Amino acid sequence: MTETPTAPPKLGAPIVVANDVHVEYRTHASGKALANGGSLFKRQKGIRVVHALKGVSFEVREGESIGVIGHNGSGKSTLMRTIAGLTTATQGAVYAASRPALLGVNAALIPDLSGEKNVLLGALAMGHSKADAEAQYEDIVEFSGLSEFIDLPMKTYSSGMQARLRFSIAVSRDHQILLVDEALAVGDKAFRDKSEQRIRDLREQAGTVFLVSHSMRSILDTCTRVLWIDHGNLKMDGDPKTVVKAYQASAKK
Amino acid sequence: MTDTDYEKLATDAGLERVGARAPLGEYLKELWARRHFAYTLARYRIQATMSENRLGLGWIVIRPIFTAIIFGTIFGVIMSSDSRPDNFVPFLVVGVFIFEFFSKSFSAGAKSITSNASLVRSLNFPRMLLPIAAVIQQVFELVPIIAVMTLIIVGFGEPITWAWLLVPVILALMTMFNLGIALISARLTVHLRDVTQIIPLLTRILFYSSGIFYSLEQVLEDKPAWVLKVVELNPIHDFITLVRAQMVTGNEASPTMWWVVIGSSITMLVVGVIFFWRAEERYGRD
Repeated sequence: MTETPTAPPKLGAPIVVANDVHVEYRTHASGKALANGGSLFKRQKGIRVVHALKGVSFEVREGESIGVIGHNGSGKSTLMRTIAGLTTATQGAVYAASRPALLGVNAALIPDLSGEKNVLLGALAMGHSKADAEAQYEDIVEFSGLSEFIDLPMKTYSSGMQARLRFSIAVSRDHQILLVDEALAVGDKAFRDKSEQRIRDLREQAGTVFLVSHSMRSILDTCTRVLWIDHGNLKMDGDPKTVVKAYQASAKK
Repeated sequence: MTDTDYEKLATDAGLERVGARAPLGEYLKELWARRHFAYTLARYRIQATMSENRLGLGWIVIRPIFTAIIFGTIFGVIMSSDSRPDNFVPFLVVGVFIFEFFSKSFSAGAKSITSNASLVRSLNFPRMLLPIAAVIQQVFELVPIIAVMTLIIVGFGEPITWAWLLVPVILALMTMFNLGIALISARLTVHLRDVTQIIPLLTRILFYSSGIFYSLEQVLEDKPAWVLKVVELNPIHDFITLVRAQMVTGNEASPTMWWVVIGSSITMLVVGVIFFWRAEERYGRD
């Protein structure tokens, strides 16, 4: 049995399930950080435990595209990394039908290497075979629109260019579950349109997309459901309009 | 908290826990499937260092040559003593060059996860590929090192013999040994960054105790026989002595050394793989 009676008929089988996910980071705190420690932090002899997620549970079904919103430091990116399996939950677990792929903006692959080499390495790391990676190379570079800079080291790229290249590498493979962490906010208008289109295409191939964004417009445009993460808790889960409205109302206070 | 049983929901839908460590067999299969990543990463890393420095690839051989010159001058000319073996230059060059292969694998392996944090945080792949890439890079760099070493040895009048064919076998065993060490130190560094501070000290201790610029056999001649037996249990000393025994006249290796070298290579590799694999889920968190 894969269908619960309460689920709306248009949705498919569960594809991602988060069960009471907690994530704690242990980190060394310096004096300054201690001074403004809020409820997120517990002190422990110079080592502070940051409780980034405090029991988040939800289920996502095939074909949904989920927007994730919340203020900075609320745990959105941690949630994405946990769903992708890059960070392991300290308690609880995330279950998925296939391994989700995360694309974020903050990580250059290897800054010293040229864009070209990063594309090939990225494709190989994602599990493309060698021949595949070479075959995909042209498409990736063309999608990124960076062919004139492809020979330069990635550290010379602007953050927008890095995000474009990373995005292009990540979407070169059809992912059943794709996590997008604010990657759309960085590119320019033309690239943003192109990538939003690519995300819609991916979703149509029975894929599921998670989109983290501070742009309520792109959330409302692309998502069918929104999760609002607040201080590591899932504050609201539902229809985009309702959740975004509640979020904006709370932000104004 | 809602009262939905998410655990059951996931199990019913046949979903798998994300990020769960694969069983060892599957993990190794995945590793093999992505071997090109490790190989390509190693190759690109070398190209990057080559383009950054004017002398590029030259540094790979210049560094050990300088080390050899320094030790050669101090212990061969200034402080020359009875412990100085015959054919001192080939003896020293083999010692320094082979030791360099070990020490660089050790330090590069230790940093392989922590220095690639952005890669680890953004892409899914078996983490073992990173220490493997670090060791592959050292193997690539070994090629010019061995070439220069051979030139120096021949230049100092050592004959080329059939025994030289054993050298690649010894180096292959040493690569297994080094990979094991790299895997162990890579995981330890993730748990405890302090490890990177200890590595230069450990390396120095091993350098002085492995008979790089003196012959342990000659130094320990008048000591009880068991002392030499204990010293022969140091695999690094044995790797070096075995290479010397093939390439430099007047050096001999005991059969024990072969056993130590074969045993320690296999043990280190197996222990390293299992030790590293067991913490697979931890590498993204710290």
